[in-house]
Amino acid sequence: MAKLHVSTTINGEPMEFLCEPNDTMLDALRGPLGLTGSKEGCASGDCGACSITVDDQLVCSCLMLAAEADGHELRTIEGMAQGEKLHPLQQKFLEQAALQCGICTSGMLVASDALLRRNPNPTEEEVRFWLAGNLCRCTGYDKIVRAVMETAAEMREAAQ
Amino acid sequence: MNVVTNNKWIGQSTIRPDGVDKVTGRAAFAADTTMPGMIWGKVLRSPHPHARIRGIDTSKAEALPGVKAVVTAKDIVEFPVDKSVMLGIQDMRWMCRNVMAREKALFPGHPVAAVAATSEAIAAKACELIEVDYEVLPWSIEIEDAIKPDAPILHEFNTFEGKPSNIAGKMELKKGDVAEGFARAEVVVERTFTTRAVHQGYIEPHACLIGVGADGKTTIWSSSQGQFMVRAMTSLLTGIPQSDIRAIPAEIGGGFGGKTIVYLEPLATMLAKKSGRPVKMVMTREEVMRATGPTSASTSTVKIGATKDGKIVAAQGTFYLQAGAFPGSPIRGAAGCSFSPYDIPHVLSIGYDVLSNRSKVAAYRAPGAPIGAFAVECVLDELAEALKIDPLALRLKNAAKEGTKASHGPVYPRIGYVETVEAAMNSEHYKAPLGKLQGRGVASGFWFNAGGESSAQVNITEDGNVVVTTGHPDIGGSRAAIANVCAELLGIDYRRVSVIIGDTQTVGFSNLTGGSRVLFASAMVVTQATEQVIATLCKRAAKIWEIDPEAVTWEEGAARPAGANAGKFPPLTLKELADKAPALGGPVGASVQLNTQGAEGGFGTHVCDVEVDVDLGIVRVVRYTAVQDVGRAVHPGYVEGQLQGGVGQGIGWALSEEYIYNKDGKVDNPGFLDYRMPVCSDLPMIDTILVEVPNPKHPQGVKGVGEVPLVPVMAAVANAVHNALGKRFYALPMSPPKVLEALEVAQAAE
Repeated sequence: MAKLHVSTTINGEPMEFLCEPNDTMLDALRGPLGLTGSKEGCASGDCGACSITVDDQLVCSCLMLAAEADGHELRTIEGMAQGEKLHPLQQKFLEQAALQCGICTSGMLVASDALLRRNPNPTEEEVRFWLAGNLCRCTGYDKIVRAVMETAAEMREAAQ
Repeated sequence: MNVVTNNKWIGQSTIRPDGVDKVTGRAAFAADTTMPGMIWGKVLRSPHPHARIRGIDTSKAEALPGVKAVVTAKDIVEFPVDKSVMLGIQDMRWMCRNVMAREKALFPGHPVAAVAATSEAIAAKACELIEVDYEVLPWSIEIEDAIKPDAPILHEFNTFEGKPSNIAGKMELKKGDVAEGFARAEVVVERTFTTRAVHQGYIEPHACLIGVGADGKTTIWSSSQGQFMVRAMTSLLTGIPQSDIRAIPAEIGGGFGGKTIVYLEPLATMLAKKSGRPVKMVMTREEVMRATGPTSASTSTVKIGATKDGKIVAAQGTFYLQAGAFPGSPIRGAAGCSFSPYDIPHVLSIGYDVLSNRSKVAAYRAPGAPIGAFAVECVLDELAEALKIDPLALRLKNAAKEGTKASHGPVYPRIGYVETVEAAMNSEHYKAPLGKLQGRGVASGFWFNAGGESSAQVNITEDGNVVVTTGHPDIGGSRAAIANVCAELLGIDYRRVSVIIGDTQTVGFSNLTGGSRVLFASAMVVTQATEQVIATLCKRAAKIWEIDPEAVTWEEGAARPAGANAGKFPPLTLKELADKAPALGGPVGASVQLNTQGAEGGFGTHVCDVEVDVDLGIVRVVRYTAVQDVGRAVHPGYVEGQLQGGVGQGIGWALSEEYIYNKDGKVDNPGFLDYRMPVCSDLPMIDTILVEVPNPKHPQGVKGVGEVPLVPVMAAVANAVHNALGKRFYALPMSPPKVLEALEVAQAAE
């Protein structure tokens, strides 16, 4: 079967790639697009390590077909920092030791960013339920939740 | 040894050297790597729990276009079953049969062949074309079935007490005479407990990328807890000498002990060798669950006797741990750690290693110790209740301290167990009121910790900064702590110290990342190497100043004249001395290799509050405090992280995680949806109290911290559930169906 040609926007850049009809978006990101920051932990949508946004919706890229990206705007971990300037969430994760091995970190950050875009003032419970689709086995989530809450508070302050 | 005193960086939660890469997606994990010409490897796995392999026909697979190589057991070096060849704690007789089934397939998921092809899809298709002639045999999964006299025997050559058996080993630790001790006891509690197999649950599946040149020169990128272990095991299983294997440690996405052995590397090496192409292999989550890890299921019986005043006089434990398909369950941890927090005159602790048709168990955070502690700490809770003593007061009364002869052998030096119990007792948490259907439980735990071989290089760059190279994969922030140590000694900003993990051919031998040994050992070698560098720098300053080297000190990043010469010359900074290095004898650097000694055991005491939803049977942990003697918290953020992460895993083990087997002897829940690890909304904040009783045998006072925090958790949760409901659970996990059932039984009894 011939490969499919897909035109999409990733992290603000127009991108084109070829894929098999049954390739997932995660396959395309990690393969032809060379964006390996999104990780595969389960390929079943249970761990969230492959989290990206599609038109601002948080999705597991392992559950999306690559061909579905056509005409949409995707954001991945690689687009989170602006050049050398880290996103406040990235900076806070570093300062708070909110990562250990780092395999879940890309997905955690993309998911946390999606939360704060929607809800700049989340409660701890809201953070915990929003991130319930992102597994972390190293941290017990404590420092991740604190980092998200503190970043939200600082971003609110900066916006005033 | 010098004890660092000024502490500008030790004790600071600095930014980790690999941090920016990990928050931007740049960090290269094994599955992220590629090589030109790379092809894909896939494993064909046995569908049967137990089957003799009568023959394998790979001809159809080999004929499939795109297939470049096929390997079976005959391509892997065989170690005969009658002669043990040990590598660390692993026996190569079992490793060679675990990576590829030889005479028999011993669990569903056991590799029987592997294929490399130009795409993953072709490799998978080729696996389907391999014909294996199996003679399906009877099997046993559970311990009680495997030890029955008529149980199907996994290894006919394995005998116990003179007969073929699935009991692969027994260990016994004895102190005093338990019969005499129990004779003096006024209160005795004896109970039997069971735990289910649980997986380490790292989010990154096993992965490797391997190229083999026509000259045999081999390059391995893989996810492991030890690049030297990967090199040694791959060498033994493929016959390629270690000097030809460069094992590069990729960033590792979690291990918790589960990545201390090889699974894919020998197969990928042989596929690469046969095909002449680099081969990449990445496990699926299902393969991880079926064929790697987990830790043992267990059945433990513990009996503890005390006098009425709360003095424990005797303790006995019998621990049956399931090993999976090959010998080697962590009975040493179960039998050896469980009574170690206490000063008990008479102890008998026995462990049995039990084979069954499951995947070979792998180390999991304080291997064996959490299983034993679950039983012992629950019995202590019942004992405290029977004696009407506060459970922490009971532990304090019997606490091991300096001079106590531990039940596992050594006489303790200065240890911090008492301090952990006192800190728990004095915590705001322990005094806080409880709500309706809430309960509080406590438990303690011990882990041996470890030293062993480590190597490090400290090199001064031409522009006066520092590169530290160590040999341990960094699994939770160890590079950050090493930067703190080196910067502290050199008196420079920690950001001038770059810490990297060397591959097997660029840094000296370093044993596994495991057993809570890495910072203990690597800080020791890095300290010695840094001290050598400082001595060289001082000598060079002395040469410039034309004074005696002993009259030079190193302070705040510069050589300074001392004693009679103090103030005579302006200080020479690291940068200035680096600039002058070519004229003063050349590059400045040091390399140190040690078999580090002096690791001291670690102790923790945990307080857990639960709330039980009696309608749904759900137990929620609502508050948790982990107290631990950490020696010296070189990087407090990552020390706290170790405690919090261990507690998270323990809560999963206690409440929701278990391998569920179906009637066909196969794991029924090999994925994250049905193998239920705690998610963010399951857990509360996890408070930590770091007690610092420095290890006198370490330059920074370091004790290992990673293992201990898992040890007490299941008992703390179970004791809290008992406190909430008045009902004690002797089997894990305390999952909603089991809690509901217990509540219904209790209700019916009323």
